Amino acid sequence: MDVFASLLHGFAVALTAQNLMLALLGCALGTVIGALPGLGPSNGVAILIPLAFTLGLPATPALILLTSVYYGAMYGGRISSVLLNIPGDEPALMTTLDGYPMARNGQAGEALALSGFASFVGAFFATWGLVFLAPQLVKLALLFGPAEYFALFTLAFATLGGITSRNQSKSVIAAALGLGIAMIGVDHQTGVPRLTFGEIHLYDGINFLVAIVGLFAISEVFLFLEHKGEGEHGKAPALGRITAPLSMIRQTSGSMARGTVLGFVAGVLPGAGASLGSFIAYTVEKRLKDKHGTFGKGDPRGVAAPEAGNNAAAGGALVPMLALGVPGSGTTAVLLAMLMALNITPGPLLFAQQPDVVWGLIAALFIGNVMLLALNIPMVGIFVRVLQVPSKYLMPAVAMISFVGIYGVSGSTFDLLVMIIFGVLGYVLRKLDVPMVPVILGVLLGNNMETNLRRALTISDGDWSILWGSWLAILLWAMAIVGFIAPLVVGRFFRVTRQPALEEKAETADPD
Amino acid sequence: MSDRILGIACLALAGLYIAFATQIQIGFMSDPLGPKAFPIIIGAALGIAGLYPLLKPDPEPDWPARGRILEIVFAAGVMVAYTYALREAGFVVSTAIAAALLSWRLNASPLAAAIAGVAISVGIYAIFHLVLGLSLARGPWGF
Repeated sequence: MDVFASLLHGFAVALTAQNLMLALLGCALGTVIGALPGLGPSNGVAILIPLAFTLGLPATPALILLTSVYYGAMYGGRISSVLLNIPGDEPALMTTLDGYPMARNGQAGEALALSGFASFVGAFFATWGLVFLAPQLVKLALLFGPAEYFALFTLAFATLGGITSRNQSKSVIAAALGLGIAMIGVDHQTGVPRLTFGEIHLYDGINFLVAIVGLFAISEVFLFLEHKGEGEHGKAPALGRITAPLSMIRQTSGSMARGTVLGFVAGVLPGAGASLGSFIAYTVEKRLKDKHGTFGKGDPRGVAAPEAGNNAAAGGALVPMLALGVPGSGTTAVLLAMLMALNITPGPLLFAQQPDVVWGLIAALFIGNVMLLALNIPMVGIFVRVLQVPSKYLMPAVAMISFVGIYGVSGSTFDLLVMIIFGVLGYVLRKLDVPMVPVILGVLLGNNMETNLRRALTISDGDWSILWGSWLAILLWAMAIVGFIAPLVVGRFFRVTRQPALEEKAETADPD
Repeated sequence: MSDRILGIACLALAGLYIAFATQIQIGFMSDPLGPKAFPIIIGAALGIAGLYPLLKPDPEPDWPARGRILEIVFAAGVMVAYTYALREAGFVVSTAIAAALLSWRLNASPLAAAIAGVAISVGIYAIFHLVLGLSLARGPWGF
């Protein structure tokens, strides 16, 4: 029962006036960010990290603010999916399939209310899952030595491309680029400068915040410039009443339950973020329940399942991120960046040494969830109005806020230039279908990964066999190999199911 | 073709990376692995992975027309100029101009873009500097 005691303590931490205000602010901001096309959980949070950092918020409040934004963005993504058939972010992709037809049938209000409720159910139960599962994983993680950690990092990279990855070699290229960037700077163990070319600014290495904001936010601006004038979305359909009838909720309760479980499992597994959660939830629901061919034509169950799945996966993805310090998806990679910027190292020690941070954060997730439900159902009309802000004014503002954030962190022209370079790099990588998430993860984890490798070899005095010297390490390596090969086999099957129209939309959607 | 270029670029980068990594000076005290090995492993992984798109390229991505590429280059140029202008002209003036230029290139009419630029700049200044107390670049006029 110590879980409940810890959780209660967490609520004591989170329930201060300041933290509640921050959670509210984060939820509102997050919903707006999620609703805006082109901005989603990962680039939205990415832009806000440097700002939260420079405002000098202490760790727990900053964490509460940013995770509220993360959850809020997960909620918000569905608004433009339902109303405009444009997913606000990639996990909301599946919601367009039945949400938009519902809106066209004059059920826009019902679809929004139902998806809001499904999001709440998914996120709420996933947070409970996090409460119980994360401490168990921590117990396992305490058995990890440097060799096991090195294997774990490799596992994270091997599976990051995800089950739907089209080209594993491009995932490897991305990971190598990220790791290579992380090596720049003074070596922590011997103090020699590496790959700095005598440039003093590089001695500290490249700040991961600069890389993330450049890759996620600035590249988005370039993408908008390329597509400008195309696909200017029409007017949102009339909302009608924004409640879901009780019968509809009862009809979809089974879909929500299945979506939640599937989404949570997909979120916990390495290499699968919220996109996979919503995808699996929708596909399974369709296989099970689509007896009259109503899916894709505005079936409420086709809205409830993926929304529950995507929000449950968002909660599930926090399990490995908090317990092991290894994120499984783009957005959790960004959250890891946030923790690192606040000088918090996630992993088993975090639970032992800083329970305030962990349990305060988890309590904040519960609070944020209730707030989001309360915010979303009655106030969705306001968020819909935000959607009407044309990107020609929105994108310059996004770019300028990114500059403000990075300028605030370092105040150096050099970092701003590096950010622009990362923006261009991100644009080119996105065009070439090279995933950006492994790049980010490489930049974030590179030094940690190397440290563990070198520590392991110091213990064994240079004998490489220590890397597979325990059953735990062998298990991790086996999982990494399976995870890397599986998409080559399974991916074929998944890609057939994923309609080409969706692939088209996925390019401009925010990567998860 | 694009993928083949990507592959060649990766191979070239990998070669350079390994070459630079082998030149890292090792101090008199080091752990068994030293600071060179991991960068070399990364370079090797990059090189091997680069072979695949070189030999078996994906279908060509739809690159934008030349005009649009120029737009992107122009936008990147505006951003670079902006980072230097910050120091000379201060936050409000340079941000207004940069935001207006970007907004103009995103199909806003010149007048609307100018208004948007000023609004974005003053808005950010008011929220982040005046309300939240973030330090922004100061120009000769103090804002």
